Amino acid sequence: MLDVTDLHAYYGKSHILQGVTLSVGDNEVVSLLGRNGVGRSTTTMAIMGMVSAHGSVRLRGRELIGLPPHEVARQGIGIVPESRAIFPTLTVRENLLIGTKTKGQIGGQAGRWSEEATFEMFPNLKERADTAAGVLSGGEQQMLSICRTLMGNPDLVMIDEPTEGLAPQMVEQVGRLLTAIAAQGVSILLVEQKLQIAMRVSHRVLVMGHGRIVFTGTPAELTADEAIRREWLEV
Amino acid sequence: MLHTIFFVLMNGLVYGLLLFLLSSGLTLIFSMMGVLNFAQASFYMLGAYFGYQIMAWTNFWIALICAPVLVGLLGTLVERYVLSKVHARGHVAELLLTFGVSYLVIEMVKLAWGVNAVSYNQPPALNFPLFTVDGVSYPAYNIFMMVVSVLIFVLLFLLLKKTRIGIIIQAALSNRDMVGMLGHNIPRIFALVFGIGCALAGVAGVVGGNILVTEPGMALSIGPIIFVVVVVGGMGSFGGALAASLLIGFLQNYMTTLNVSLAGLVGITPGTQFPLYELLNQPLSQLAAIMPYFLMILILTIRPKGLMGRVEI
Repeated sequence: MLDVTDLHAYYGKSHILQGVTLSVGDNEVVSLLGRNGVGRSTTTMAIMGMVSAHGSVRLRGRELIGLPPHEVARQGIGIVPESRAIFPTLTVRENLLIGTKTKGQIGGQAGRWSEEATFEMFPNLKERADTAAGVLSGGEQQMLSICRTLMGNPDLVMIDEPTEGLAPQMVEQVGRLLTAIAAQGVSILLVEQKLQIAMRVSHRVLVMGHGRIVFTGTPAELTADEAIRREWLEV
Repeated sequence: MLHTIFFVLMNGLVYGLLLFLLSSGLTLIFSMMGVLNFAQASFYMLGAYFGYQIMAWTNFWIALICAPVLVGLLGTLVERYVLSKVHARGHVAELLLTFGVSYLVIEMVKLAWGVNAVSYNQPPALNFPLFTVDGVSYPAYNIFMMVVSVLIFVLLFLLLKKTRIGIIIQAALSNRDMVGMLGHNIPRIFALVFGIGCALAGVAGVVGGNILVTEPGMALSIGPIIFVVVVVGGMGSFGGALAASLLIGFLQNYMTTLNVSLAGLVGITPGTQFPLYELLNQPLSQLAAIMPYFLMILILTIRPKGLMGRVEI
């Protein structure tokens, strides 16, 4: 599905991504772990075309480097940024509407995700369908942000720190949503701090350090590898 | 006295709504793109000249539709092929570029239509006194202008609130990066918004050019006042732009009726040797034109967010 090869990106003079190579297969959930500031979010932004980068990003074999973000989205990649970036003055329903694409979409199965599916899974959002999204709780905004991206029927969705700052009950809901997305055949690249969630939902985990991938393996292999965890994950 | 107040209110309303047509376009462009479009008044001037020309060839009603559309298309082209190239280089580059566009337009207009005022007249169908108050008649055309302004705003409101593209534009006002990452073509939306903003100025030109004067100096005479409106109302606020437009419209029209001088206002009668004798003895009506700038300086000093703005300037 997604193949990233030797991706480099800079912020000013600092070399943030120093040759990231990773892949996400069809129907696969991959977690990108690592401490703050190692370049995980930058990786997702570079794939999306928001950060200028060189190297190669291929989706189903097609090169995406150099495309503007809306073209990358139309190729079938969705992103849920860490900031959630909901549109606070617009209603929940309008936020979802903006997630839909009318034309120019290459990949994706139309109608895989819908407003009804969102509301069925999150009755809270249905009740507040016509209120401004800015007044929702942090957890509700997170669900809205994920569902909004799903409205565009991406083949692969990159979700950045979806459980950050959420109450345990909401973290569970995020976990349920991730499982539901994966069950529909959407590939997921998950950026996460909370190991438990990542280990539970992922097929594979990647550990990032100093702008490159330092470990690739199954959750079980990471659990077994104490040295990697101590050097790159534990604080 | 009563009819003075009535006419101040009516004329203030007409002028205020005209200012709002101009400043709402500027506000729309600024809120979404962060671009202070210095050329806004030039597009207003183009609206007036296009209106004059199309009316000369056909009639006023065709001009009322076609001139703003043409101005809007021109605005779209400017954004698409010129302005979009400098967005990445920041707001100073954008400001200087629109500054250049504004002078280019003014000089082109001079070459095309000459340096003197053209005889852009009100349509005969609306050229009659609608009613008379206290022996003074009120022109039907002014009422027509108000109706057009209000109608444009209802349409703009419906476009922004009720259509898919309007909702996408609103979203882009708060976070355009996210809108782009959801698959919407931001450069194209920019061109559209810039075009709509310019078309609004074009409407103001068509309906205002025949009440005011259609001449090459018209852009420079109204341009600075639009910026005053946006500063006083608050950057990026449509409500603020409306309030400030009407405030300046009323104040300016009210001041033109005042015969009292600055000296008279504070109760002194300076001799001719007194410093600034000339200024102090000017009637306030002569100072009406500088009032907006005084107001702008006042607002910037004591309330930098403007009446209803969210950001400090």
